[in-house]
Amino acid sequence: MNIADIFRETFSALLSNKARSGLTILGIVIGIGSVIAMISVGQGSTASIQSSIQSLGSNLLMVSPSFQRGVGMQVSAGRGSARTLKQEDVDAIQKEIMLIKAIAPELSSRYQIIAKGTNTNTSVLGTTPNYPEVRNVQIESGSFVSEQNVRSLSKVAVLGPTTRDDLFGEGVNPIGQTIHINKVDFKVIGVTKEKGGSGMSNQDDMIFVPLSTAQRFLAGSSYLSTIYIEIVDQESMTTAQEQITSLLLSRHNISNPELADFSVINQADIVASVSSISSTLTILLAAIAGISLIVGGIGIMNMMLTTVTERTREIGLRKAIGAKKKDISLQFLIESIMLTFIGGIVGIFLGWILSYAVAYFGSMTTEVTSWSIFLAVGVSACIGIIFGFYPARRAAGLNPIEALRYE
Amino acid sequence: MIECKNITKAYKTGAGETAVLKGVSFVIADGEFVAIMGPSGSGKSTLMHILGALDVPTSGIYLLDGQDISKLSDDQLADIRKNKIGFVFQSFNLLPRATVLRNVALPLMYAGMKKEQREERAKQALMAAGLPEDRWGHLSNQLSGGQMQRVAIARALVNDPSIILADEPTGNLDTKTGEIVLDTFQQLNSQHGRMIVLITHERYVAEHTNRIIHIRDGEITDDEKNIKHRIANHHQL
Repeated sequence: MNIADIFRETFSALLSNKARSGLTILGIVIGIGSVIAMISVGQGSTASIQSSIQSLGSNLLMVSPSFQRGVGMQVSAGRGSARTLKQEDVDAIQKEIMLIKAIAPELSSRYQIIAKGTNTNTSVLGTTPNYPEVRNVQIESGSFVSEQNVRSLSKVAVLGPTTRDDLFGEGVNPIGQTIHINKVDFKVIGVTKEKGGSGMSNQDDMIFVPLSTAQRFLAGSSYLSTIYIEIVDQESMTTAQEQITSLLLSRHNISNPELADFSVINQADIVASVSSISSTLTILLAAIAGISLIVGGIGIMNMMLTTVTERTREIGLRKAIGAKKKDISLQFLIESIMLTFIGGIVGIFLGWILSYAVAYFGSMTTEVTSWSIFLAVGVSACIGIIFGFYPARRAAGLNPIEALRYE
Repeated sequence: MIECKNITKAYKTGAGETAVLKGVSFVIADGEFVAIMGPSGSGKSTLMHILGALDVPTSGIYLLDGQDISKLSDDQLADIRKNKIGFVFQSFNLLPRATVLRNVALPLMYAGMKKEQREERAKQALMAAGLPEDRWGHLSNQLSGGQMQRVAIARALVNDPSIILADEPTGNLDTKTGEIVLDTFQQLNSQHGRMIVLITHERYVAEHTNRIIHIRDGEITDDEKNIKHRIANHHQL
């Protein structure tokens, strides 16, 4: 019995019961399709989160204030509340750490912004001219905050594209217009390029003003909320992180690193932790979809068991005319593998279409990866073998005399 | 050539062993047309299963063409059935959704023969079994009972077996159609020299053969030459 014969026998057996074969295949199609679609949603969101973190800037370290806790005090004011970072820290880092490429301090807070009858509430960032380089911000029109602006406490503002849209409407050139931030007049001198992102971390919904202006007129204090540091290359990140930590510890007179009133965060750490969250999400989605695949597999087993019972006499006859156990079990095994294989192929297309549909209608990023297809095909072949094995063995084990007498 | 020497068959039941065959011995030469006749429960079906290599005896020796096949494994028995035995069943046992040609060629598939060659051999067998050529492309469930049984005979012939075993081949047919099927067997025997062993409980059916082995309660009670039929057959030729 050669391969071509087995396939001919299989096709004629499957075609002789089209409705049942079709419904069984449908179970596998749904299983495989949902696995591929779910993995594509998970992979897509992982990729988009990673790219939005990468767009913050490359080789980035962030120094932010930590707990404020006096000696012997038990009460913590909470992470980020400390007013411990000053311009002098920035200067010291710039002067003493050799591995840095650029440094940009930031003082941010949310204010109500008013412009000609419209208003919005958004983040206002006081910073220095290095900021665009460090944070990977590009200017669409006009100019960014200059050294001169910082020195002379100019009341000038650079708008993010979303903020520009909110205040002036889409496509309007706001340069030269005046906006009120916390009742202080600022002149718009530029607009940044769109970066993408949404929600709390929207990189486009921001206003940049000179650091000195923000400290004097808006916050009324000389503290910083974050220091962004760009490091020369990827390999030096950890070394630079250690050097900055020890420099700031000695500047702040703290001997125990666990009591540090600041924290230095490596961008790679954030990427890693967010990635691990989203890959957990992917696994969860795939596992839920995998359940439907198992249900599909049970459908196959059910159909094959019914088929074996129905075709008992046929099996008896085949044995009587010389079929060996191996011939019979192979025939039934190939039948169930064929069901899952057809289901798998159709399921891949269904999953692909679903993932496009999710991307199109759900405005989510999806990504069909080749490994998810290999996984789906591999799993479906395994299901065919595992769930087809028992019925095939049962068929092969039938006694020909009893099978021929079966009514 | 079939040689059975003191064959017994016993089945284990809850109460112990039940002997179905109690020492059966006979020889059937090539080219013989033999009926094994007995009432139901006589052990004739069990004997047919052993002769057809579907089962092995509990004790005794069964030589088929000089080869002892009473102690072979399941797969070895399958090989014997594939090469040396052709079955014709009471209920035909054709694949319902397959064409006549495919049904007849089926045993050759397990013998590993190429498709073209299989169909060639199947056509020859159908010709020998006397099924009209315009039926060869039909699905087997579109045929009449007599035609189905001739397809089954062609299937039994296709692998050129040493024996054709027919188990109540006319049991599901009316008298007239049964007569045609029995004529087919007679022709295969007289013109092609096939050894045919026919299992039946009807005297009338057995009389179409040249020799009748009577079996009752697992033992051979009589072995008669059916000379009357042989002479009649001779006149026909």
